[in-house]
Amino acid sequence: MRYPLVRAALAITCLTGASAALAADSNLGRDIAANCANCHGTDGRSRGMVPGLAGREKASIVLQVQEFRDGKRPSTIMQQLAKGYADAQIEAAAAYFAAQKP
Amino acid sequence: MRCSRREFLKAGAGALAAAALGACATIPRGAPKVVVVGGGYGGATAAKYLRMWSGATIDVTLVERDAEFVSCPLSNLVVAGNRQLADITLAYDGLEKWGVRRMRDEAVAVDPVARTVRLAGGATLNYDRLILSPGIDFIWQDIASLDNAGAQARVLHAWRAGPQTVALRRQLEAMRDGGVFAIHVPKAPYRCPPGPYERACLVANYFVKHKPRSKVLVLDANEDVQSKKALFMAAWDGRYKGYIEYRPNSTLVDVDVATLTAQLDFESVKADVLNVIPPQQAGAIARQLGMANANARFCLVDFLSYESTAQRGIHVLGDAIQIAPAMPKSGHMANQHAKVCAAAVIALLAGEEINAAPVIANTCYSYIDDKEVVHVSSVHAYDREKKTMAVVPGSGGLSPAPSAQEGIYAEGWARNMWGDMLG
Repeated sequence: MRYPLVRAALAITCLTGASAALAADSNLGRDIAANCANCHGTDGRSRGMVPGLAGREKASIVLQVQEFRDGKRPSTIMQQLAKGYADAQIEAAAAYFAAQKP
Repeated sequence: MRCSRREFLKAGAGALAAAALGACATIPRGAPKVVVVGGGYGGATAAKYLRMWSGATIDVTLVERDAEFVSCPLSNLVVAGNRQLADITLAYDGLEKWGVRRMRDEAVAVDPVARTVRLAGGATLNYDRLILSPGIDFIWQDIASLDNAGAQARVLHAWRAGPQTVALRRQLEAMRDGGVFAIHVPKAPYRCPPGPYERACLVANYFVKHKPRSKVLVLDANEDVQSKKALFMAAWDGRYKGYIEYRPNSTLVDVDVATLTAQLDFESVKADVLNVIPPQQAGAIARQLGMANANARFCLVDFLSYESTAQRGIHVLGDAIQIAPAMPKSGHMANQHAKVCAAAVIALLAGEEINAAPVIANTCYSYIDDKEVVHVSSVHAYDREKKTMAVVPGSGGLSPAPSAQEGIYAEGWARNMWGDMLG
């Protein structure tokens, strides 16, 4: 059974989301960002002790994650996690966080 | 207040966002129904994300028998006297603002043809899709003398956080200085691979400070430490030298409850506090549906949707599933399963394609003492050929050494994780 209403809601979510430009895989940023939520908070709104990501500039998030991945920036865990993602995934997640209210 | 379908479709983006935040948190007529059974790391996350990501267009009911959530992660700090149970106990109220309907009840039977769930309290719920996050049941039959309530009240597991956690703390407080705390680790797979070794460290830390003539004995049914081996071994040979003894290949045959003696294959070990973590299997509701189709213990799933391979329309999350290689049974993983599952269920209900390339991650912190912490991390991507999740080459790893900085991050992990599932 199909539910047109859920489908319509998905379409609206896509249009309002940060990933409208990535129409082919419109949930990529949302889904990758959800991997970060466990430590950085839902949609990057942290409840403390770990930096929040919501509303930060896309370019600065991308740069920071790439520096973790390339070993240019010291960290405890981020250099290990950053190596699990391709550039397109990092960019999509960063765009999603940039579009969230802090 | 109810949103009619027409109002809803007219609503547009702004109202939709408001709906997602709860201004219009009731459900439109004719909305698809998803029932989630089990309000732990997997189930609570699935319930919230189904509402959040569907723009509140799915009717979500969470069935959970307990009034509050008690976290297994961090519960070893309660065992060691560093935290109170209240510190790791959270209300379910936060899910209300997402419009999750919560029923304090227990699912006792599922009819997968009629698509109904019967609850112990008498209600019957219809569903379009069912998500089971039932956690683990203990296989008591494997330890004959513990297969009764009296024995289980004396020889504790404390492997489900709650009253047992507090009871184990009381046993340790009552133990004489010079006593032996023995902990038995079952054969893998079991919930939280590093958990027993973390517990050994934290109890030893308590002994160092308060009962310095006492000792921790780790009786491991496995041939080696199951997680973070080098980091735990370094602590046992270093700060806890003389306090912790590790004995691999120590399969528990039975227990003499009266004398607190663990009967192993080749020897018997008497303890002052005996902590037996029993072998585990998927929760009963999944097993009775024939879904525990991996060694009759855990549930095989399609890792694109977490749908059972045995029952169409029923998804399984968390410790109850047969894990992919190098995927631990952890709360963090359950939360990640839940998000992939929620996204897939929303797509399936809308008649759309599901994500064919999901990526999930694990972060697991273990306390070496009350302040210093270590981690293991990994990123897992779907392997199309093998139809499983595989660690992304080069990703993940361990801490170089315990640190107070990671102690702060572990606290941040807990706050944000609990917020992500319940807030």
